[in-house]
Amino acid sequence: MKYKTVIGLEVHVELKTASKIFCGCSTEFGSPPNTNVCPVCLGLPGVLPVINKAVVEFAIRAGLALNCQIANYSKFDRKNYYYPDLPKNFQTSQFDLPICEHGWLDIEVDGNIKRIGITRIHMEEDAGKLVHAGTITTSDTTCVDYNRTGVPLIEIVSEPDLRTPEEAKAYMEKMRTILQYINVSDCKMEEGSLRCDANISLRLAETEPFGTRAELKNLNSFRSVQRGLEYEQIRQAEILDDGGRVIQETRSFDEAKNITLSLRSKEQADDYRYFPEPDLPPLMISKQLIENVRMQLPELPDSRIQRLMATDGLSVYDANVITSTRAFAEYYDAVREMDGDAKLVANWLTGELSRLLNANNVEIERCPISPQNLAGLLSLIKDGTVSGKIAKTVIEEMWQSGATAKQVVADKGLVQISNVDEIVAIVEEVILANPQSVEDYRGGKEKAIGFLVGCVMKLSRGRAKPDLVNKLLKERL
Amino acid sequence: MLSREQVEKVASLSRLQLSPQELEKFSVQLGAIIEYMEVLNSVDTTNIEPMIYAVPTTNIYREDIRKPSLNHVTALQNAPETDGEYFIAPTVVEK
Amino acid sequence: MEMFRQTINQLHKRISNGEIVAADVVESVKQRIAAVEPAVKAFITICDDSEAVAVESSSPLAGMPGVVKDNICTQGIRTTCGSRILENFIPPYNATVIDRLNAVGAVVLGKTNQDEFGMGSSTENSGYHITCNPWDLSRVPGGSSGGSAAAVASGQALWALGSDTGGSIRQPAAFCGIVGMKPTYGRVSRYGLVAYASSLDTIGTLTRDVYDNALLMNVIAGYDERDSTSINAPCEDYTAGIYDGVRGLKIGLPKQYFGEGLSAEVAAALEQAVQTYRDLGAEIIEVDMPNTKYALATYYIIATAEASSNLARYDGVSYGLRVEGKNIVDMSERTREQGFSEEVRRRIMLGTYTLSAGYYDAYYNKALKVRRLIKNDFDAAFLQVDVLLTPVAPTQAFKIGEKTDDPLAMYLSDICTVTVNLAGVPALSLPCAFTNNLPVGMQLIGAPLSEALLLRVGCAFEQTSGLANKIAPCGGGK
Repeated sequence: MKYKTVIGLEVHVELKTASKIFCGCSTEFGSPPNTNVCPVCLGLPGVLPVINKAVVEFAIRAGLALNCQIANYSKFDRKNYYYPDLPKNFQTSQFDLPICEHGWLDIEVDGNIKRIGITRIHMEEDAGKLVHAGTITTSDTTCVDYNRTGVPLIEIVSEPDLRTPEEAKAYMEKMRTILQYINVSDCKMEEGSLRCDANISLRLAETEPFGTRAELKNLNSFRSVQRGLEYEQIRQAEILDDGGRVIQETRSFDEAKNITLSLRSKEQADDYRYFPEPDLPPLMISKQLIENVRMQLPELPDSRIQRLMATDGLSVYDANVITSTRAFAEYYDAVREMDGDAKLVANWLTGELSRLLNANNVEIERCPISPQNLAGLLSLIKDGTVSGKIAKTVIEEMWQSGATAKQVVADKGLVQISNVDEIVAIVEEVILANPQSVEDYRGGKEKAIGFLVGCVMKLSRGRAKPDLVNKLLKERL
Repeated sequence: MLSREQVEKVASLSRLQLSPQELEKFSVQLGAIIEYMEVLNSVDTTNIEPMIYAVPTTNIYREDIRKPSLNHVTALQNAPETDGEYFIAPTVVEK
Repeated sequence: MEMFRQTINQLHKRISNGEIVAADVVESVKQRIAAVEPAVKAFITICDDSEAVAVESSSPLAGMPGVVKDNICTQGIRTTCGSRILENFIPPYNATVIDRLNAVGAVVLGKTNQDEFGMGSSTENSGYHITCNPWDLSRVPGGSSGGSAAAVASGQALWALGSDTGGSIRQPAAFCGIVGMKPTYGRVSRYGLVAYASSLDTIGTLTRDVYDNALLMNVIAGYDERDSTSINAPCEDYTAGIYDGVRGLKIGLPKQYFGEGLSAEVAAALEQAVQTYRDLGAEIIEVDMPNTKYALATYYIIATAEASSNLARYDGVSYGLRVEGKNIVDMSERTREQGFSEEVRRRIMLGTYTLSAGYYDAYYNKALKVRRLIKNDFDAAFLQVDVLLTPVAPTQAFKIGEKTDDPLAMYLSDICTVTVNLAGVPALSLPCAFTNNLPVGMQLIGAPLSEALLLRVGCAFEQTSGLANKIAPCGGGK
């Protein structure tokens, strides 16, 4: 493409505090409509907000994890606009003095690390949910559910540093990983606890000023982030190629049709009439508070990757997979503590265990095989009690029953046969039963031995020690 | 006096519909009041911090503890229209 | 003497002696309501079922009937703010002050009339009816807490709660010849007070003498964790030093409050009051508050800007009036057109204008800076004097209909009171004379949290003036 793309993302993150930002109502997702509401979050006449301390701490935590400067003085402002999901018709947010500024986040695309600037992070209240009978355009009425009203949000605004839809997707994925690590949000895009609006524009060269941008909404999955931006890139390029002008507007991504549609043009610029929220005294964030929050931060993914590669000798791939979520990384650490063989642990985590988790659609947090039990299995492999192949059967059984590897091996009689006499007996039986293969091998067809090994393993129900089988077969041929 | 366009824009931002007579009246009245307010232009406020809050307190927090929400029926009791679950409003689409 | 004519303090003593019971007091006041309310029209809602409920309380307010301005939320009792847009709004919760009054067993007889959302100085701008001044039914009771002031002055309540954003307790108290306290911002919780201008609003007290005012303040003042702007400092017993007099105190007269526009009656009454204080041993000092002349413009910019945001919620979606429309915008616009009076719409538009893009710095931010200068004037004054003495309003109660056509003229009558809200300081309004059978009020202004001092200074005057506990005739002669 002859154009250079510029993308900036505004990410909204619902914080997983117990109560809402300005009242004691529950933040729980999926409650019956209008049950987690009180006079404060319904915006009834006369109510006043009181800020939830945990929201401020979570915002600081996110700021530190994203390398931001934490403001020592921060305040709330009112953003005034009318929409029925906003009971007060203003949103309590932050305007000119956000809690965090000037951070960054490293993303990796095609093996290259790129640093994306974070402009600011501010705290605000979420709006309610509108439900339409039929579709939004055909319905005569709007149903309003205020359960989500007042759920705490942080909005994370990036610099326009992203250059491709792929980078945007990588940024979102990295953002989710970090926010989950620091335990401030579930980051479930499908439930709306992680949301993304994207600003995208094109220009001919990096040295040119930014072109007119479109704002993309309704990007409800990581895939949509990439696809919506890809579509928009092409749409804008076509306009420019035809000598036209991109208009500044808000567009919605239609996931089913894989296109973007104009929502409203911004020619009548929004006038939010921001002014300081008189009902909330400002925040003075002490160094002490910032340090307390910093102390509680867990090891973050970038640092973990470095550690796994440097001290455990893992590959980039393994280190990335293992650190993809904090729970997975902690699972690895737990197994690794009981078993010194980092490579073996990594192989089993990224291989069999991941396969089982995916196949059964289970999160690592609910994995029926405890780290102790997996370490137990690995030690049986290492002392030769079971072969690698048998171990795959054992782990299936452990997944089903939750039993230890030792129990499974004992119950199912899966102990490896390493007794020479026992194996010799099977080998001789196989040689007698397969004269053709024996002849082929002796005639120089090396491959034929593979078939014979297979037969021995089959007769031993996989328990014969593979290297012994090979050795004994060759001796007798 | 404010221009007709200014009054219309302000009315729209304020979710108010004005009749032509009201538009006329408000543009005169608001204009007069705003003119009166311009007395502040003559005040030297160099290096004066805006006084946003009436009392100089900071860091008033509540702990992150859940409190009972309103009973569902009570929550909906003042609704102009409800189906017993939701507040019902006219469509958000311009028709 | 009929019980409704007595003060809370007197009645409490009689109850404590076993002479009467609280129910008798409630009954007496209810009879007074039946007799004079048709002429005064102080109420929007009368709670017919209100009665003295036995509460474990030694508070002098136990069993004492009073009234509450209709912008203070009362659970299960409709709260209209004087607006048709909230005609059927029944709050599911109590304001903190109501919880506090309930806890000591005070009896709420009803909700009183007011200018819609507190926007007005005469109670003529109510969506319901006009309240009459009980001293002269052809005149306004002042506003916006006109219903509360008229009820207390006419003997229909022993106490009242009002709210004061730019003088809305003090000016009606002055017009009706009673005592009104506008406390320090943050001293009384605003939780449950329907917001007009959040950084200026305060709930306060209206009573027929200074001592009763102290008793009521003792109940409602104090920290509230539901109001983030509430002051977390202990409250004193406001009656404790109330009789200590003014000997040796310095009383300041800010010259800017005594300029042109002050009526001859008010000027003369104030002069007399100053002499009384001199005679009582106070030192009178003239002080200079040079930014006073900017207060009215500053006040109207800040108040209307905050109001434009606070009143945005009345959109017909989840409570209050709804006028049907073809879509949500149309419905909300029709609802606000019908539900709000012209004055409310004018102030909303004014506030929207001064906050809108391109004007914020010129108006709102500029006003916040001038507000600081006005506050600085008060800080400087209180380095020189203990309290300030000023008029409450430039005139006595004016005729109904006299000022309704000219909004700016109506705003100008707030000139002596708005400075106090801008500075966040407390002020007490109390009668200092009766001229032509109409009361004249004076205002005592103190440093933050000096309510007890103001009550003491007010009490000293009241002891010699004989103007305490005046019950208005309500057109029925004495």
